[in-house]
Amino acid sequence: MNWLALRMLTGDKSKYLSLVLSITFATLLMSQQVSIFMGIVTRSASQIIDVRDADLWIMDNKVRYIDEAPYLPSSHLQRVRGVPGVDWAVRFHKSNMTARLPDGNFRNVVMLGLDDATMVGSPRRMVLGELSDLNRANAVFIDKAGYEYMWPGEPFQVGREFHVNDRRVVLTGICKASAPFTTLPILYSRFTEIERFLPANRNLMNYILAKPLPGQDPLQVCRAIEKQCGLMALTQDGFFWKTIDYFMSSTGIPINFGITITLGFIVGAAVAGQTFYLFTLENLKQFGALKAMGVTNARLISMILLQASVVSGIGYGLGMGTTAIFFTFTNRIAPMAGIHLNTIAAAGVGFAVLIIILLTSLFSLRKVLFLEPAVVFRG
Amino acid sequence: MLAVSPSPAGTASSPETLAVVCRQIIKEFGTGETKTVALRGVDLDVLAGQMTLLVGQSGCGKTTLISIIAGLLNATSGSLTVLGQDLIKMTGASLVQFRQKNIGFVFQQYNLLPTLTAVENAAIPLIIAGKPRRRAFEDAKEILSAVGLAKRMHLFPNQLSGGQQQRVAIARALVHEPRLLVCDEPTAALDAHSGQTVMELLRRVALQSDRAVIVVTHDNRVFSFGDRIIHMDDGVVTKVEIPDSTSDRNAVSIH
Repeated sequence: MNWLALRMLTGDKSKYLSLVLSITFATLLMSQQVSIFMGIVTRSASQIIDVRDADLWIMDNKVRYIDEAPYLPSSHLQRVRGVPGVDWAVRFHKSNMTARLPDGNFRNVVMLGLDDATMVGSPRRMVLGELSDLNRANAVFIDKAGYEYMWPGEPFQVGREFHVNDRRVVLTGICKASAPFTTLPILYSRFTEIERFLPANRNLMNYILAKPLPGQDPLQVCRAIEKQCGLMALTQDGFFWKTIDYFMSSTGIPINFGITITLGFIVGAAVAGQTFYLFTLENLKQFGALKAMGVTNARLISMILLQASVVSGIGYGLGMGTTAIFFTFTNRIAPMAGIHLNTIAAAGVGFAVLIIILLTSLFSLRKVLFLEPAVVFRG
Repeated sequence: MLAVSPSPAGTASSPETLAVVCRQIIKEFGTGETKTVALRGVDLDVLAGQMTLLVGQSGCGKTTLISIIAGLLNATSGSLTVLGQDLIKMTGASLVQFRQKNIGFVFQQYNLLPTLTAVENAAIPLIIAGKPRRRAFEDAKEILSAVGLAKRMHLFPNQLSGGQQQRVAIARALVHEPRLLVCDEPTAALDAHSGQTVMELLRRVALQSDRAVIVVTHDNRVFSFGDRIIHMDDGVVTKVEIPDSTSDRNAVSIH
């Protein structure tokens, strides 16, 4: 009977194609929007993700997200280091600055200041130069996308000079970094250089990066730091989600993307549902004939579900494939760098397609199950 | 020439050859003010080895009656025995299985699956019964050859004429060798010649000593093909005619 169900489905090529394409379109629209949404939201916390060598982030206890952290007195660093369970703790700076290029153009940049001695929070992958090049006088690194943004179309080249906050810097390395929310270039420098860029500030450390002792529960160490120092201490994961939660609750991004994703779902469900329902209606006499000839309702259900599964499986596969191709090409464009199809989006959209196809099948099944086999005798 | 049977109720006298026995079949649709009585107490016997024509005006209850005989509709009251089985007491899966095994259907609009070839359409009852596809196709080819479609068995319904489609439908109805064949207006959608061909085919291929054929029709050009003609009006059997010979039947060749 599976053979019969598939022949009924694929026999009418145009309807079969429109069914598959409706699911493909819905999948493409939803997976693309979900992926872009997740990519953009993740970008808001990209600097947190990029710090791989510290597990704990310590900050002022009123911080809501990574871009909004007041500077802490340097005494806090010693206090954190003195908390039992803390293996080590280092200072970390993050701020926005202005870079002025030799041709007079200027760009806002994200500046990350690393502890001079340990370089905790340094980039993991260098495109050009060595990590030790950051130890040179006036040295800064820039991320690859940022380089393309500051010097579009120009080959990668270290030794470039420009100004940050009116202080001369030398580009000594190009690295890879996760794209930030605002697509601004990310500059890495040593903490002592930061002091040069912001001479008027008494404090320049807005985060303390720390690692718990081996075997210590990071959450318990966080609680101990909070209790002992009066600061907010979060695990990397905790700070990541705190930042994302802020963007989710304080910006219109979730609503905008939510509307598009919902529209994709509705359009996909409506088109696929209508086409599948019409397909069933057109075959109603045939289903009636099959019922008269002795096909049970259970078999008819399995036939319709098989047809729906095949359509959704192929449509979902094509939709995902198209999305993957889309992101393969868009990843080469700097503003879209780092936004890709991920497994959570694929699984979520897969679930949505399953709902679409179940809803679609439900109407068709209802029509077929309540069909009187005697209908075949009505001309 | 037709002879009027002395038994107006449509009952026959030899119980050992009875394929269908209907007694006081009543069928009502709806309730209250919308209640419609389609059958008002039908008594009818259908003999195995005979072609029984069920004739009458539209709305007289022919289709309702064969739907009940074929197990597609439940009677409101009365008794019904088909091939020795009490169909009134039979429900659900057993009724479906009974239909699958014992009854063949020929529909006015053929109801062939448009996406299947003639041979695939003809094999459907065997596939429903669980026969392996290859063997089902072999049997279907055999029966299609018998109905004169040996050279057209790989064509789709829309590539066949109306008469040829009805022949495929007949092949489909007979492929699993049912003991009761129910045909609803098999010639209504056909021209006179094709209609004659189909009726001749039904007599030649379908009619066997252990198989009863019931044909619902209002096409008086094919009355001569029946062994018994049951007239119905307003939900009851009004007259039974027995054609005095088969000499009137038009001999037609199959194209």
